[in-house]
Amino acid sequence: MIEAKGLSKHYGAKRAVEQLSFTVRPGVVTGFLGPNGSGKSTTMRMIMGLDTPSAGDVTVKGKHFKNLQWPLREVGALLEAKAIHPGRSARAHLMMLAQTNHLSNARVDELLELVGLTSVANKRAGKFSLGMGQRLGIAAALLGDPEILLFDEPVNGLDPDGIRWVRNLLKGLAREGRTVFVSSHLMSEMALTADEVVIIGRGKLISQTSIEDLLSQSTENFVRVRSPEAAKLKVALEQQGAVVALEDDGSLSVRGANEVAIGELAAKLPVVLHELAPQSASLEEAFMELTEDSIEYHGTTTGGPINSTGAKS
Amino acid sequence: MSTQTTPPPAMQKALPPGHYGFFDLVRSEWTKIRTVRSTMWTIGVTIVLGIGIGALVCALTRSHWSSQNIGQRVSFDAPATSLIGLLFAQFAIGILGVLVISAEYSTGTIRATFSAAPNRSRVFAAKIVVFGVLSFIVAELTSFVAFFLGQFLLSSPATHATLSSPGAFRAVFGGGLFVCVLGLAAMGLGTIIRHTAGAISAFVAILLVLPIITAALPNQLAQDIRKFMPDRIGVDVLTTKGQEFGAFSPWVGLLILCVYAVVLLVIGASMLEKRDA
Repeated sequence: MIEAKGLSKHYGAKRAVEQLSFTVRPGVVTGFLGPNGSGKSTTMRMIMGLDTPSAGDVTVKGKHFKNLQWPLREVGALLEAKAIHPGRSARAHLMMLAQTNHLSNARVDELLELVGLTSVANKRAGKFSLGMGQRLGIAAALLGDPEILLFDEPVNGLDPDGIRWVRNLLKGLAREGRTVFVSSHLMSEMALTADEVVIIGRGKLISQTSIEDLLSQSTENFVRVRSPEAAKLKVALEQQGAVVALEDDGSLSVRGANEVAIGELAAKLPVVLHELAPQSASLEEAFMELTEDSIEYHGTTTGGPINSTGAKS
Repeated sequence: MSTQTTPPPAMQKALPPGHYGFFDLVRSEWTKIRTVRSTMWTIGVTIVLGIGIGALVCALTRSHWSSQNIGQRVSFDAPATSLIGLLFAQFAIGILGVLVISAEYSTGTIRATFSAAPNRSRVFAAKIVVFGVLSFIVAELTSFVAFFLGQFLLSSPATHATLSSPGAFRAVFGGGLFVCVLGLAAMGLGTIIRHTAGAISAFVAILLVLPIITAALPNQLAQDIRKFMPDRIGVDVLTTKGQEFGAFSPWVGLLILCVYAVVLLVIGASMLEKRDA
């Protein structure tokens, strides 16, 4: 269990994290989502006691991280890939971490095997690729077999095979009853991995919800209807309180009424239907919509959120 | 998307009794210091310069002994001459002192360290113990070998000393101590400044530039300030004949140097606690 209450971090006038409150519970993978620069890494550093909050509080297992008796055996974290001395070998890096919490060198070898670095364990880590660095970071996080795990952008730099491996690893860890908190700026990745999400933008909490709820809450959910008598159906739907838009291709986009209600209404009128298709937003769109106002660093070529007339499924 | 309905029960892990201890951290710091090449390089250079330069000067002194006048022969300080290399070795050990902490910052290892052992003062204390013991052994070894090799090379007819000669043991043991304590002071600087290049520059400036500045001051003032300078203290510790006027006695000088090192380390430790890692 990780609990943040009113967590804030200010750097001078800049508010990196502002009044952030959320709970990360065991047994599920909780995604930590936000655009780049939204305060995810700062929050994770505060959880790990590396940065001191300007205000508020965050605890793991009900305690401040600094007060844990066996930090590495209780909480594991991958905070940044390649946060390792380039001249030190992967084995030496893990050994020095293991020794702080009285873990054996045999445990180090076990982890090297698990992440697939055994063959390069004695090579200088400076020669590692980003993906290998990530694997080493994951090994460090798992070293103490902790109940609580934090991963900051763990799939960065991994090849598709590695991404799938991380995804299954995270799910497996959650199934064992661990608390798994994973940050990402990629909603699509979280959609495949996370059960719950904490979404932030500009350091503020936007939403904490399950992936399913996130989808159903989204205003991007609508029903596309085609009918030779579209105008008649539109009026009837609007009388029922739905919001109906007539699109350029002659179809109707209906919000505020589901496919069941629309179908029944059409039968009652009666109106012939050629198409009745619920359109659900992808998580990426739901995410874009939520964080639309809070993106810190805009590119200039993107058109913002995808407009609602595009066909999506 | 997950199809999982009810999450599994929270994992309850049995932990060993007690908590992570100081000795665990000492082992970890020992692993850290011995698994990077910069340690081998700086220690290698400390030993080679510390022994080599003194040996070279001693050998040259003996071969030119007959051309020295009587005054020069009488005032010749055999122990100090054999230990002259320590004044070069001090820079190498200082670089290692800076690196043991600044490299953790520049590589990000510090965050991995504090994520495993968040009691920063305890980690820092373990680091001081490991570096302190290592640099003490290296410095004393260098100093004693430099002395014996130097005296062997001087031999007759040149004046040479044994450990029981007046001031000799103090110069040899004190010289090693001087190098070790200077290394610890450099570690304090590295902790405060956190950047390798910046901290090494500061260390070198204190030993080389500060004396030049004080030399430009009016005589009496210069003399009062000079005796507090680390480089002056070093020379006084090594000297067994004709101490400079107004200097502290060697042990008092070493004590002052220890105070410098402790002050720098304490400031460093408090900054380590307060600053974000």
